[in-house]
Amino acid sequence: MEISITINGKAVSADVEPRTLLVQFIRETAGLTGTNIGCDTSSCGACSIHLDGEAVKSCTILAAQADGGSVTTIEGLASADGTLHPMQQAFMENHGLQCGYCTPGMVMAATSLLNDIPNPSEEDVRIGLEGNLCRCTGYHNIVQAVLACANK
Amino acid sequence: MTMTHETTGVLGTRMLRKEDPALLTGEARFTADLAIPGALHLAVIRSPYARARIVSVDTSAARAHAGVRAAYSGADLADLWAGPMPCAWPVTADMKNPAHLPLAVSQANYVGDGVACVIAETAEAARDAAELVDVVYEPLEAVIDLEDAVSDRVVIHDEIGTNKSYTWDLKVEEQEGDVDAAFAAATYTVKERYIQQRLIPAAMEPRAIVAVPQPFGGDMTLYSATQIPHILKVMVALTLGIPEHQMRVIAPSVGGGFGSKLNVYAEELLCVALARKHNLPVRWTETRSEGCQATIHGRGQIQDIELAADANGRLTAVRVRLIGDMGAYLQLVTPGVPLLGAFLYAGVYELPKAYDFSCTSVFTNMTPTDAYRGAGRPEATYAIERAMDSLAATIGIDPLELRRRNFIPTDKYPYEAFTGLVYDSGNHDGAATLAAELVGYDAIRAQQKTQNVDGAKRRLGIGVSTYFEMCGLAPSRVLASLNYGAGGWEAATVRVLPTNKIQVVTGASPHGQGHETAWSMIVADKLGVAPEDVDVLHSDTAISPLGLDTYGSRSLAVGGVAIAMACDKVIDKAREIAAHQLEANPDDLEFAGGAFTVAGSPDRSMPLAAIAFEAFTAHNLPDGLEPNLEAHTTYDPPNFSWPFGTHMCVVEVDVETGEIEVLKYVAVDDCGNQVNPLIVDGQVHGGIIQGLAQALFEEAVFDSDGNLRTSTLADYLVPAASDVPSIVTGHTVTPSPTNQLGVKGVGEAGTIASTPAVINAVVDALSGLGVRNMPMPASPNTVWSVINAAQGGSQ
Ligand code: FES
Ligand code: FES
Repeated sequence: MEISITINGKAVSADVEPRTLLVQFIRETAGLTGTNIGCDTSSCGACSIHLDGEAVKSCTILAAQADGGSVTTIEGLASADGTLHPMQQAFMENHGLQCGYCTPGMVMAATSLLNDIPNPSEEDVRIGLEGNLCRCTGYHNIVQAVLACANK
Repeated sequence: MTMTHETTGVLGTRMLRKEDPALLTGEARFTADLAIPGALHLAVIRSPYARARIVSVDTSAARAHAGVRAAYSGADLADLWAGPMPCAWPVTADMKNPAHLPLAVSQANYVGDGVACVIAETAEAARDAAELVDVVYEPLEAVIDLEDAVSDRVVIHDEIGTNKSYTWDLKVEEQEGDVDAAFAAATYTVKERYIQQRLIPAAMEPRAIVAVPQPFGGDMTLYSATQIPHILKVMVALTLGIPEHQMRVIAPSVGGGFGSKLNVYAEELLCVALARKHNLPVRWTETRSEGCQATIHGRGQIQDIELAADANGRLTAVRVRLIGDMGAYLQLVTPGVPLLGAFLYAGVYELPKAYDFSCTSVFTNMTPTDAYRGAGRPEATYAIERAMDSLAATIGIDPLELRRRNFIPTDKYPYEAFTGLVYDSGNHDGAATLAAELVGYDAIRAQQKTQNVDGAKRRLGIGVSTYFEMCGLAPSRVLASLNYGAGGWEAATVRVLPTNKIQVVTGASPHGQGHETAWSMIVADKLGVAPEDVDVLHSDTAISPLGLDTYGSRSLAVGGVAIAMACDKVIDKAREIAAHQLEANPDDLEFAGGAFTVAGSPDRSMPLAAIAFEAFTAHNLPDGLEPNLEAHTTYDPPNFSWPFGTHMCVVEVDVETGEIEVLKYVAVDDCGNQVNPLIVDGQVHGGIIQGLAQALFEEAVFDSDGNLRTSTLADYLVPAASDVPSIVTGHTVTPSPTNQLGVKGVGEAGTIASTPAVINAVVDALSGLGVRNMPMPASPNTVWSVINAAQGGSQ
């Protein structure tokens, strides 16, 4: 079936199988490999993106369901001039990433979290990110990064 | 609260990581991100039985499926292997190692063991066709329980006639019979059994592989999400009979490893072998469920530990009996894991030569185990630190006080331990004192008296653990004495380009550790350049041909030191050029701030930038000196490095629900001088949560038929941010005297220290209810049942 999704401001159209997941569309059709896959049970959040402004796990929805929608991936977060998004900057300054595999999903989830709760407590952040797993950082610095970004 | 050492310039600062912008923007490429036109996709058909004879494999329907290029049984491919899958650590001369092929031919030995494969034009076609492969199995009885395995009631691998792979002993006595005598004479003894449950490493990036052949050039490039591109290159070459010089391995960005990518896997060999056979690239990306079954597991030991102590609580002897769970086959370093712990069952304590360790390792019908963050050392530390609490309870003294009585005193360093190993430097009392201060130890003990009264619903506990990391693997000769199949050196090249930009080539292979940043800082400090002017090249055997990769917290203490040494060689050569140009005696030149200056004549000086250009043009070099400014070093450390520290954990346990809340976690780690404290703290945080996860959440659960019940991230409880506490870090700094940077490792410290700290806290909270032990993971259910049992089942 023919679908079209706006990804990072650019329309991407393709003929996809009905079973194609949004994450596959992003990675394979649009060629944007910053969005990662870490599981097959919607558990890890490595694939988190924004769909119409809300953070979603892109492995949990079919590409067809996002037809006509607007997606932002990690590649669309920094400004065109290369300036990092404040959340990306906060992750860097607080050493909120090590291997970086969970990071795109974590950053997308965290920006969405601040949209919903602009001044979160530590507990808000921990609960807000519970759908995103990180094996490297122990979360301490991720939480610090999100709090620092909120306080900017 | 951090005590830091004096440094000049960038070394020791919290410099932000160079790696981050690429990783934060999606620019970094992991293996599965690589676009390789024309690549075929591999799918592996895996045994659904823990032990079964393979009666027949029919691949005809799969081969007929659209897009499928080929389908093979294990027997079809048996000729492709020049040798079985490698195990590089034959710990004893008579170790049993059943042949392990990338695809099983006659018998599958765990759920997930590969028995057939398909290659197809798309991943979907490969997966769909895999479903069509018809394998007829004759299920056989599986061995899951370790003691059952020891009994040989059912022998898994007929050809070796036993389930016991090896027994490895380490008995240290001044005189024969010392251990028995010490136990007979002891005022106090304790005897405990601890179970190290199996764990799934669960690096967030699943394994991924692309093998790209050059049919006419003869070369083969293997991209793999691996920690060990260098070792993998040698092993793939040997296993497949590929000339090593035609084999290239590249580890692109790698999303965590924790030991799970320290291996040579069946799928790596399959991709390379099939890429050669078909003259086309072949790729494979593991699904998480596949990974849970077919990527190595960690831990898996039964530990029996006995301590003997005198009237003051000072240790007089330690006896350890282990049963190690190897899983179905020996992977790369599977048998060596218990040995890495064998030297640490007396922890950071003084012990006379009265030590009796024996490990019997057995095959079971479960996923092979291998090194998982800490590898043997978390197990050992858990056992001694839990047993020390048990001893303290037996004596009736505070666990921290018992530890202080037994600490190796700081003034005895360097300390020759009972095993003959020499511990480089330590200050256990200093670390314990700082940790006690940060956690408020005395106040918590006081609060317990008022809070943990009869009928209290929430009981307060504090757990202490102290540790050695024994890392920086390692002096090659020591590894040789343990029968390890390789050395422990690391290679480095430092190259000053004509424009005074620096290339560093390292044999370390980072996957989250921040080596690009840390190595740049070392070079910047040494050569007086800006860290931004240093580029670190790694993880490609064509670019860094020599190396022994990243595991065992070895990268800084071995690879980082190698870089500092290569810088010294660069400086030595630059000195000759500067002396020649300045017409001075080389010995009169001082090198500081990136320039050579004639002592006493500040106006006679030459910056490294000018020397680099002179070295490049070679117009005016001293006679006999080779052009270019580049140096290579291979460093074999004289000793392990011995980081140490004290962790303390405070918990509240709800005795009605069994729920545990971690109120505070304090870590004081001493890893010698710190190159970058930001990175050190990150390593500590991550390690602590992984160890805490073993204590409270994680277990690879197999049923009695050998089915893995936790084969997804929905069932296997990798903790989320909401499950874990913040961490207070403190550091003492006791430089290592064995290397010029004074550094030690830090990658595994958190994992080693935290598991016993957490369980000690839980047991401490419940000690008033008669609880002496706590199985892991201490889930609410488990905690509740333990309390109930301790109360005589009456609660
Ligand atoms: S890939 Fe794990 S939640 Fe989407
Ligand atoms: S940084 Fe490695 S998984 Fe989060």
